[in-house]
Amino acid sequence: MQREDMVLCELLYQLADDNFILAYRGSEWLGLAPHIEEDVAFSSINQDMMGHAVMYYQLLEELGAGDVDALSHCREPESFRNAILLERKNGLGHYLENPNYDWAYTVVRHYLFSVLKQIRLESLYHSSYEPLKQAAEKISLEHYYHSMHWETWFTQLMSSTKEARHRMENAINYCWQEFDGVISLGRYGKEICDHQLIVEEEKLRNEWLKRVCTTFGEMQFSPKTSPGMESGNGRNGEHTEDLTEALEVLSEVYGGDKQAVSW
Amino acid sequence: MTKNLLLKKEVQQVLQQVTDPEMPYISIVELGMLENIAMKRDGFVQVELLPTFSGCPALNMIQADVKEKVKERLLEWNDDLEVEVTFRFHPPWTTDRITETGKEKLRQNGVSPPPASFTAGEPWKIPCPYCHSMYTTMENIFGPTACRSILYCNACKNPFEAMKPIANLFEGVENKWLN
Repeated sequence: MQREDMVLCELLYQLADDNFILAYRGSEWLGLAPHIEEDVAFSSINQDMMGHAVMYYQLLEELGAGDVDALSHCREPESFRNAILLERKNGLGHYLENPNYDWAYTVVRHYLFSVLKQIRLESLYHSSYEPLKQAAEKISLEHYYHSMHWETWFTQLMSSTKEARHRMENAINYCWQEFDGVISLGRYGKEICDHQLIVEEEKLRNEWLKRVCTTFGEMQFSPKTSPGMESGNGRNGEHTEDLTEALEVLSEVYGGDKQAVSW
Repeated sequence: MTKNLLLKKEVQQVLQQVTDPEMPYISIVELGMLENIAMKRDGFVQVELLPTFSGCPALNMIQADVKEKVKERLLEWNDDLEVEVTFRFHPPWTTDRITETGKEKLRQNGVSPPPASFTAGEPWKIPCPYCHSMYTTMENIFGPTACRSILYCNACKNPFEAMKPIANLFEGVENKWLN
């Protein structure tokens, strides 16, 4: 693979893996969401996001990186390029046993991610790689509804009861410590931008901060620090035990029966 | 008419019989999913479809159904007729691709078709498919499938569904922050 393609693949892995792992975390909420309408909405969003991951994996397949199913199911955790924040568990417990999940954390993580995803799509729409530009166009039509959904939850819980506000602020503080890892383009960031595949990290960060802080301002909240990357950079293959566990569950059926992927 | 052109026409007719498994009353052609039928060479038909929503789980079923129906109906053409069904996401599927017949079929089945024009950020006005009242409430933008929403009619007291409007949001939008 030529250097230029390798750099392109790095970006595609970041985009694919972010959507893939967060869609998985979202799907662990199935049957546990606060109310039935949310259960319906959230599963629909997860399904769309899994679809977005598939689109990016297909672009990788076309570049000769391997077959879509293998890319999603057979890679080792260290070859994943998703941000660490997005792989973290939904809270304490397990979805099968005592799922003591944190809804405030889920809302904050999804809201902050949806703003960055929107910004990335706007930039990808001007990407020098035509197929990526086309994918961004398709994805943005669906993402429009996701953004609206998470912003509604975010602003409503922020202006709800004292306890809700307290939980939301805790969640923001936690996500804030890690969010620079989501904005990061990894060790090949400069080359990715040199090829005009997406705009520089700095621009993404500034625009994200601008949009997020506008909403924060309306909610009388302001972060005290800049977003951090405390647990490491997932774009460079650094991950936590949470990802290893998630991938084991995800690939259990595929690993057991290769024919079971299509129904 | 050449043999290939005739074959293409027949394939088009067969596709009228292929439905969305989650909405079995409307064909994929009426839904606006058909982008192109191409004769790659003699006996090799390529059908290009646009997925409605990218994560739609019905895609594999639609793909298999197209192949099966085309082969079954067009056996007289060639025992070795080869059919390829591919999905592409460019141009993106938008709700204005649904035909008038398609919209009518949706209505008859309790699903309001999407509004004719839709601007991002503006509320949609969706009439009840049963009594046509505009006195309706959005219950959930996300419905039983990715492409549908759940609503309630305050006039005839019926719950109903509507196709989520999907329009190209990038057209004419300038993102100054990128410069």
